[in-house]
Order: sequence, then structure tokens, then C-alpha cells
Amino acid sequence: MSDLARRFTGMRAVLRREFHGYFASPLGYIFIVIFLIASGYLMVSRDFGRFLELREANLDALFSYLPWIFVVLVPAVAMRLWAEERRSGTVELLLTLPITLEGSYLGKFLAGWAFLAVSVFLTWPAVFQVARLGDPDWGAILASYVATLLAAGVLLAIGLLFSALSKNQVVAFILAVAASVGFLLIGVPQTQEFVGKWFGGYVERVVSSLSLLDHFETLTRGLLQLNSLLFFVLFTVGWLVCGMLVLGQTKTN
Amino acid sequence: MTATDHPDSVPPAVAAETEAAAPEATPPEADTSGEVLISVADLTKHYGAIRAVDGISFQVRRGDVLGFLGPNGAGKTTAMKMITGFLEPDRGSIEVAGIDVAADRLAVSRRIGYLPEDAPAYGEMTVEAFLRFIAEARELEAADEAIDRVLETAHLRSVRGQTIETLSKGYKRRVGLAQALIHDPDVLILDEPTDGLDPNQKAVVQDLISSLSANRCIVLSTHILDEAERVCNRAVILSEGRILVDSTPEALVARAPGHNAVRFRVTEGDAADVAATLSAADWCAGARVLPGGEVEAEPRDGQNRLNDVLAAVGEHRVADVRVREGRLDELFRDVTRGVAA
Repeated sequence: MSDLARRFTGMRAVLRREFHGYFASPLGYIFIVIFLIASGYLMVSRDFGRFLELREANLDALFSYLPWIFVVLVPAVAMRLWAEERRSGTVELLLTLPITLEGSYLGKFLAGWAFLAVSVFLTWPAVFQVARLGDPDWGAILASYVATLLAAGVLLAIGLLFSALSKNQVVAFILAVAASVGFLLIGVPQTQEFVGKWFGGYVERVVSSLSLLDHFETLTRGLLQLNSLLFFVLFTVGWLVCGMLVLGQTKTN
Repeated sequence: MTATDHPDSVPPAVAAETEAAAPEATPPEADTSGEVLISVADLTKHYGAIRAVDGISFQVRRGDVLGFLGPNGAGKTTAMKMITGFLEPDRGSIEVAGIDVAADRLAVSRRIGYLPEDAPAYGEMTVEAFLRFIAEARELEAADEAIDRVLETAHLRSVRGQTIETLSKGYKRRVGLAQALIHDPDVLILDEPTDGLDPNQKAVVQDLISSLSANRCIVLSTHILDEAERVCNRAVILSEGRILVDSTPEALVARAPGHNAVRFRVTEGDAADVAATLSAADWCAGARVLPGGEVEAEPRDGQNRLNDVLAAVGEHRVADVRVREGRLDELFRDVTRGVAA
């Protein structure tokens, strides 16, 4: 067994358990229903997506609001993953099995991510409608799904970190929402203007390069730019590594 | 004469004597030829300024059932968490089946079955799904057979489809034991396996543990001394992170204050006179009249002195004569209080 595979020993078992766990309780179904209602509402609402008014054969109306829905719903998916494990003491059972901390952490992340992917792909009726009504840019739609999954991934990694930090699911949820909102707000024009005014153009460019919303938008336009892809990958990995370090400290508390 | 023979002896002396006399304490029937499965040397762990475990060393062999006894906070759980690799020690080494825990926790975890305190389990899962998860995590090839086997061993067949959170404490504990046994490990670490169970449930779990002891090594912690007598062939008393006594439950009973003390009722004559006569005998550590009117004479050497007692009683008539067994909890209180003071 290679060193890398060894480091993630037990990941598969944890992934399977956690993924099934979402569907073993009503929580998973409730999440999916809320997600679909919220995304559908924001898509067709006259105040937000205006899908019906714009009469364009694309799904910008759907995808551009998904990060804001995720800010609340992804922490809800993540909050249980470690907080519950630590509260009930099963973390001791888990980490004395032939499962590494890294393996279990990544397993939980992938389970949450897979669950989010299932939820996101249940928006397929919107794609179906657009295809029926016009001739959409399939590349852009595919890229938008990729971007959505990447955004869900990075927010899930944030949520997982706070779940590892607090035994209390509610606290983990609130902290994760706050951190995710902060992460998203870096990208809104008002923040960037403010930063530019006070710290100058260079800092503004740095901050804007850290904007999840900008990178998300770049990708949803169908431009699979390397730096945007790297942004998501690096931040996700970074949050995951931080979370593993946190868990290493908190697991025994 | 040894210090332990006196009920009122100073406890630190008990500890010192214990260390000196440790080899003697191993009874002839204890098998020291078995393979050493757990070897702990100078194990130390601090929590901030508190020394939870303070330089303990011991070995456990195949066939041993070692009971960790000690008051709450003595370091039993911490020591077990370090043996299983969940906690890292500040100092010292642990080898399980010849493998260094610090160097290869994964390999060690494959040899150990562990029941953590309160037997945590995923409450939302059914018993069978939970065991399947453990089997999968342990990469067992014949998972179905293994699950069947432990369902049988732990008497869980009737609840296999029930979610764990709906089970009683006794069943939950057995689910914890079942997961610890699923890979048929050489080493079992059980942290308070019967704590919080009712007497019937306790007996079931104790019988189960006894049935598992052949060809394995088991370390269990408990603060129930009867349990140590029932299931263990070796008892280690821990207090404030240190090993005070490492012996067999039988040897501990023999060393307990009041072991082989003779009690009787004086039917004709003055009980106080009898007690005074007995006290004067050189084999007697002391005799006194108990609040109920009975006389109790305690031997200095812990031997059965019934004949000497009867000889000393002489003309007086006595009834209800009996020889008392030492009580582990009295020794335990003596030994552990000395350190706490």
C-alpha cells in the first residue's frame, strides 16, 4: 500500500456510512426539499432570477443564486459530521479502528459533497425546460454545474472545520454560516470598492482575486479558467487541512 | 510481620511493601509463560498541570484478564486510551503484540478490540448495519460470518434489526462488545464494561467476558471490586496515575485488613475479658468487642488462627464462630486513601 493510500485508510467505509446516514434520517430529505424550493423560487422570482421575464435560453437565473443558498444550507449538511461524533463519544471508537484521522475526515467530506451533488443534480427539470424552450449553451450549463459543485465543496470544507471545532451542532452551524458569509462578501462590489479606497489598487486586486463569487461567475460563463479552478481546489484543500489539524487537537476534549 | 497485616498501618508503607513483594504476590497458578501481548513502560500523560498517568509500567500476557481498579480519576481510562492509540503519551512506550503504538497505530488497531467508556455507538444505525460498518472499516473478508458470530456471542440475534438508540443499556453494552470482537482480536481493552448496568445485565456481561478470556489478553477497568474477583486473574490498583498494587484478586483478598479475623459471640463469661486475653497472644494483632457484642480477633500474619482462638477462649463458652474473608474494598480504601492524603 502506498504511503498516500495508507494515510487515508478507512476513507471508503466512513464515506459510505455518512452518505447513507443522510438518507437514513429525515434531515437529508428535508434538506433536498428546502434546497429545491429555494433555488426554484430564486430562479423565477421577479426580484431575483427573473427567468420567465428575461426569456433567455440559459440558466444564469438558477446558478447565480446558488452560492447564497449554500451559505445557509451547506453548514447544515456539515454541522453534524464531527460535532455529533465528538458529543456522543463515537469519535473514540472511530479513531481507534484502522481508520486514520485524515481518512475519516476526507470520507466525511466526500460523503457530504456527494450528498450536495445529488441535491444539485435534482435541479435537472430546469435544464430540461431550457432545452425545451430554446437552444442553450450546453458548455456553459455543464461548466455551471462544475462551478456549483466546486463552490459547494469549498463551503462544505469550511462547515466541516467548524463542526470539528465545536461539539455543539448549533454553534458549529452558526459559526460556519458566519464564516461562509464573510467568505462570500469578499467578492461583492461594495467590499472591493471599500478596500480599493482605503488600501489602494494592489490590495483591491488581491482581495478580488480571493473572491469566490468572481471565480464562480467566471466558471458559470463557461470559461473553465485554470486560476478559477485552482482557487476552488486550493481553498477546499486548505480548509480541509486546517480542519484536520483542528480535529487532531479537539478529538480528545 | 508485614505492614499490610495491620488494618491501621500507614498506607504508603503498604505501597512500598507491595513493590518489594510483587514477585511473591504472583500465585503459582498464574501462567507467566504466555506470550506478552501488552508491554507498557514508564507511561506518562499530563492534562495541563494534572498528572493523569504517572510513569506506569506493566506487561499483560496471553490468557491474562487484568483488572484496572482505582477511584474515578485514577488514570485508568487515560492509560487505556493511550494503549489503543487514541491519546499520545507524553513519555514512555507501549507495545501491543510486539508493535510500537507510536510507530504504527493502524497495525496495533487491527490487533485490538476496544470498548470505550459508555460504549459509544451510532444510535441511528441498526445493530447489524453498525457491525457491518465496523467490519468494513476493519476490511474483514468474511464480514457476514463475522457478524453472525458476534451476534451469537453477544446474544444480540433478537435485536439485530433494531436501531441502537432504542436498545437498553445492557444491550448497548453488548453491541459495544460485539464490535470489539468482530475481528477476533488477541487483545481486548474494555473500559468499565459493566458500569451503569443493573445486576442481571452485569452478570450477563461478566459471564461474556469470562467466556472470552481463553487465548486472549483482556484489560478491563472497573471500580467494582467484586467484578475484579469474578473475572480477573490479575488486579492492578491505580491511584493518582500510579500503580499501587499489582497482584491477583485472591492475593489481594488475603492481604486485605481483617482477612481471617475470627468472630464469635461469648455466651458465658465476659466478652471484654476474652478480648483482653486474645489481645495478649503474640499471634494476635488485636481483639475487640464489636458494637453488637461480638468479639473479633485479627491475626497478625493473615493466617487462619481459629484453633489458637478457641484455645485462648478457655473456659468461656462461645457460639457463632466464623472466620471472615478479607474484603477487597477495605484494602482498596486503605491503599488509595494513603495516596490521596
